[in-house]
Amino acid sequence: MLHIVNKSPGERATLYSCLAHVRPGHSVLLIEDAVYAATKGHAAAAKIQAALATAKVFVLTADLEARARAGAVIDGVVQVDYRGFVELVTQNPRVQSWL
Amino acid sequence: MGTIEASGKTYEVDEEGYLVDLSQWNEELAGEIAKAEKIEMSDSHWEVVNFLREYYNEYQIAPAVRVLTKAIGKKLGPEKGSNQYLYELFPYGPAKQACKIAGLPKPTGCV
Amino acid sequence: MDETGTVKKFLFVNRKAPYGSVYALEGLEVVLISAAFDQDVGLAFLDDGVYQLAKGQNTKAIETKNFSPTYRALEGYDIEKLYVERESLEARGLTEDDLLVDVQVLGASEMAALMDEMDVMISF
Repeated sequence: MLHIVNKSPGERATLYSCLAHVRPGHSVLLIEDAVYAATKGHAAAAKIQAALATAKVFVLTADLEARARAGAVIDGVVQVDYRGFVELVTQNPRVQSWL
Repeated sequence: MGTIEASGKTYEVDEEGYLVDLSQWNEELAGEIAKAEKIEMSDSHWEVVNFLREYYNEYQIAPAVRVLTKAIGKKLGPEKGSNQYLYELFPYGPAKQACKIAGLPKPTGCV
Repeated sequence: MDETGTVKKFLFVNRKAPYGSVYALEGLEVVLISAAFDQDVGLAFLDDGVYQLAKGQNTKAIETKNFSPTYRALEGYDIEKLYVERESLEARGLTEDDLLVDVQVLGASEMAALMDEMDVMISF
């Protein structure tokens, strides 16, 4: 399963709610304001780090670049471009968008 | 938007003839809407219309036909809880026509 | 049903409070419409979504339609699987008794397992 999150963890609890429902082998894709969560020093980064133990975490590079955070991605998180985004959606039989 | 008249009063209806403000509903108005639908109201018609109004009061929606049929069967007896019975009373669809006469919005999911 | 006639398992995931945005009402309408397609439909309520089911909503003063009674109509639409997340209730000072319909209360990990069984999830 692919979980997609687009809300900043500084503003909403959506990311935390999502992470509480991620099971081993699932993938999480952070886009839009959610990309801040995967950057060094962010309060949410520890939760992302913990999720990496059993799940994969991806972050959309375009949204990182737009926010000047492309250089600060934490280790273990994989950056993807729009093509990678589409591949994630097609590779996973199910997608859940955490609005 | 259009209007319909009953007992000298004018009521606003939408482009499909559904009453805009359901709190304005009354039996004279229902009779006029029925006339426009070419339906002559009998006790059986009123029974369904009143049932719909009660359903709406309780659940705040107009039921889908399938749900209406089942609920009527439960309340008024199985012989009335059939598509045939309801379509004989309201040939263009019980949900659509009966809801319109009852002053309710068009049922959700009814196309 | 798809072209092979298979019934799919749908879960509508509700995570928003009822009147601050249009998500809850829109989600409920989609659920009612989905009932016409004879699929296996369930509803999950988590985070602020649990507020949708709170008993005693009165919207008179905000001049907005109170759609909470409609959740009680779901049974008539043969939609009987309503799941509520325990942690979400607890974090908001609510219990099952505060809800206006019968639900199954699940812990977050049970909810995650339930989601994992679904064919399709639709979020509101």
